Amino acid sequence: MGISGLITLLAFVALAAAQAFGFVTSPPDRDMGDLQKIMYVHVPAAWSAFLCFFVVFVESVRYLWRRDERDDLIAASAAETGAVLTALTLMLGSIWGRPTWGVWWAWDARLTSTAVLLVIYAGYLALRAFADEPERRAQWSAAVGILGALNVPVVYMSVKWWRTLHQLQSTPSTLDPRYAWGLRLNGLAVLAIAILFMVHRYKIARLERRAERVAEEEALAYLPMDILEEAHV
Amino acid sequence: MRRELARARAVAWKDLRTERRTMANFNAVLFLAVLMLLLFGFALGPDAAALRESAGGVIWLAILFSGVLAFNRSYQVELDDNALEVLLLYPGARWPIFVGKLAANLAFVLGVELIAVPLAGILFHVALTRALLPLTGVLLLGTFGFVTLGTFYAAVASRTRAREILLPLLLLPMLVPVLIAAAKATAALTSGDVMGDATAWFRLLIAFDLIFFTAAMLVFDAAIGG
Repeated sequence: MGISGLITLLAFVALAAAQAFGFVTSPPDRDMGDLQKIMYVHVPAAWSAFLCFFVVFVESVRYLWRRDERDDLIAASAAETGAVLTALTLMLGSIWGRPTWGVWWAWDARLTSTAVLLVIYAGYLALRAFADEPERRAQWSAAVGILGALNVPVVYMSVKWWRTLHQLQSTPSTLDPRYAWGLRLNGLAVLAIAILFMVHRYKIARLERRAERVAEEEALAYLPMDILEEAHV
Repeated sequence: MRRELARARAVAWKDLRTERRTMANFNAVLFLAVLMLLLFGFALGPDAAALRESAGGVIWLAILFSGVLAFNRSYQVELDDNALEVLLLYPGARWPIFVGKLAANLAFVLGVELIAVPLAGILFHVALTRALLPLTGVLLLGTFGFVTLGTFYAAVASRTRAREILLPLLLLPMLVPVLIAAAKATAALTSGDVMGDATAWFRLLIAFDLIFFTAAMLVFDAAIGG
């Protein structure tokens, strides 16, 4: 087992331990009972998802600045990880909402803007899938990544004015101290998992790029020279 | 600066002239907008009160869904004969290309609205004349934000494999604030705006337009280049 295998193992052990800690130390909630335990994944997943999208923004700006392929690939990895975590956040919220609010979905500000966030980044990932030429793909997705991130606060404000009924968001300071440490530890554990996903996704992206380059060279090697000259390659 | 603006005007003029000579695209988009108004009427009607209540949202959905078709075309005409390559070879900044295309698309979509919106007023029993000036303001601001992002994303989407599906996929989620603000402001204004809500939505539209016009100008080079 290499270093990356060890980190993988540690991240998952940390998650399991943090979950167990949350379950053991916190009493059932007065109103929600054990349903409250969903918070230990729902809230950390949302935190990490936002962090991922922040990484997309920073790496997109950096790509346009330095034109280094690695920035583009990190942005792509962060977007994918962020999208998965956002989907997880929404699903868990929905499972929690059904017994608490009585509905699977409510048109509340935070819920709705998170869903919009998910489709914005799904668009970003679709663009990456549909653009073939690596350098163009990198430029385009950087531009789209920047505008998408700028829209996050605007979407949030607009939906908030539109309507709101979400309970005050859970942070350690709004919680009974008996729940706070469970939330903090799970926040860190989910963050470790998110970073792990990003690192693995980034490695795969690097390998994919290398494979693309090899394929390009091989394809060019079979072309007769005069065609190459004509095409100014 | 003056040279750049002259260049933007040239791009806008060229686009509008090619459109005016055939009017094919304009007529098709206008027809789609009208068709959507009718379809929404069938889906929501025929209760006059229900129609009036949903008119604000319906008008804006019809504008967004039909307008989306206009933007790809704006770059498609450049791609057909490799004209874009030539356009990009000209020395100097590239933002005039964006501003020119933006202006042409703005004229295009506003032209569609000039016919479709009064028609929506008739079909959905909305008294548009009640607040004509502020409504025009909402229409201008909302359309500007819509067209800014549409022109920007079409620069990217029109050169990918799946441009027809990719543009709405990229564009429509970004337009959620425009849709909310414009639809709510339109609804508030046509029902007398008793709560004074329209001002807040106006502010949101102005903020949206400023943020995304500036951002699009700054990163347009990356969107068109490569």
